[in-house]
Amino acid sequence: MKYMLLIYNNPAFYEAWSEEDRTALFSEVDQIMTELRESGELVGGEALADGSTTRTVRVRDGVPAVTDGPFAEAKEQMVGYITVDCDSEERAVQIAARWPDARYFAMEVRPVMHTTVADV
Amino acid sequence: MADRGLEDLLRPLAGQVLGVLVRRYRQFDACEDAVQEALLDASVQWPDSGVPENPKGWLVTVASRRLTDQWRSESARRRREATVAALEPPAAPAGPLPGDELPGDELAGGRDDTLTLLFLCCHPALAPASQVALTLRAVGGLTTAEIARAFLVPEATMAQRISRAKQRIKASGTGFRLPSQPERSDRLPIVLQVLYLIFNEGYTASSGPGVHRAELTVEAIRLTRAVHTLLPHDGEVTGLLALMLLTDARRAARTRPDGTPVPLAEQDRSRWDAEAISEGAALVSQALASAPLGPYQVQGAIAAIHDEAARPQDTDWRQILALYGLLERLAPGPAVTLNRAVAVAMVQGPRAGLEALSTLDGDGRIARGHRAEAVRAHLLELAGDRGEARTAFTRAARRTTSLPEQRYLQAQAARLTPRDR
Repeated sequence: MKYMLLIYNNPAFYEAWSEEDRTALFSEVDQIMTELRESGELVGGEALADGSTTRTVRVRDGVPAVTDGPFAEAKEQMVGYITVDCDSEERAVQIAARWPDARYFAMEVRPVMHTTVADV
Repeated sequence: MADRGLEDLLRPLAGQVLGVLVRRYRQFDACEDAVQEALLDASVQWPDSGVPENPKGWLVTVASRRLTDQWRSESARRRREATVAALEPPAAPAGPLPGDELPGDELAGGRDDTLTLLFLCCHPALAPASQVALTLRAVGGLTTAEIARAFLVPEATMAQRISRAKQRIKASGTGFRLPSQPERSDRLPIVLQVLYLIFNEGYTASSGPGVHRAELTVEAIRLTRAVHTLLPHDGEVTGLLALMLLTDARRAARTRPDGTPVPLAEQDRSRWDAEAISEGAALVSQALASAPLGPYQVQGAIAAIHDEAARPQDTDWRQILALYGLLERLAPGPAVTLNRAVAVAMVQGPRAGLEALSTLDGDGRIARGHRAEAVRAHLLELAGDRGEARTAFTRAARRTTSLPEQRYLQAQAARLTPRDR
């Protein structure tokens, strides 16, 4: 079963940290990623550029309007995701709980839709 | 491997060739890699050069050569790395050199080897996903790329899963031998579970992007058939083979071209595979008459009753209900309770079915899942409560993680939406 783990934080929070603490945070993430790659659970993932670089696109009456900044105004933003393929939701939650951002902000565990069909 | 005929020839040989190699040279992981390379060589060379007279002997020879090449380059590397060489002597292959005449009994030994390999690949130290992947590669002869495509994950992810599984087996120190009789009866259920998982991965694949996955059903049936040939008196092996055949018989009718599911009662039964049904039904009767009862046999028997009804209204629901009662004692679980509730509704009426379903309310996982809600919706509609049924279908549609099922459930809810206000 595939789950997408959405990583939320407020970049301003980490900007106030020392370089050393930020490096420790990154290596913590590297460590988890290495483990997930070795266990054969990691499917993929990306980090997103800062929310301020977002362009939001809306089309109304066929006319596109493009504005700067995210669709939902919030201090916390989605900064990246990883996709894992694991045996249970419990395991996906366990992985999310190890992410440093879960300690200061939050992780969302979202099941990924698939196309298999059980008998109805 | 594009050629279907060549695949049909090569895949059944994969496990047999691996068996010969592991018995000769030990080192399951290295032998497994060598067999994969030999299979690849065959798939490249045979279409041009023609299939050799003795395909299995050819594969054994080429795989052995691959293995010794690998050892030679490894020991050369070790000689260069003096410190390592001082610690351990270079590994030398035991047994005859490649190209030697193959003793007849060694080639004939392929039958038991398949079973030994299955026990090894379904080692209890491995997670189910790893057992499945390793079984498909080592016994099924599928490439890592094919397995990755079937399970819709990147090849690197699948390669990692397989290599880690092989490391675990190596670390466990399990030799290449058939487990003792008492151990075998503990571990056979794991082998059967892995085969059933492979089958279900293929069977539940809808058309469209998941079409590669359908091949898994063929592999699962082929491997289960091989186990059945080796253990013809095991009722659960027979039961599982029957269950697979009787379930797969409905494949052509179970989804629409767009992938949305068709309920059993609405399927075009003329499209069911009559040959698979008669083979499956015969296997079930044979197992029920001669072996101790087990859950696969009971599920096979239930599938046989469905498959043998010419029309939905001919279904013997009383017997199905009795079998679910039996299954609930043999292998209780929420999925059984759910299916039994449908049978209760068909025999005693939808209200009784809903009551049977309500016993699951305390079970958080299943109560939160979409399947219980979909069954509830169906039974509410049978009971004439269209409004509640619609709400339940909508709730089920929101909960499912399957896109085709979601489309189906939304359509059911829409069907029950009043048009005149």
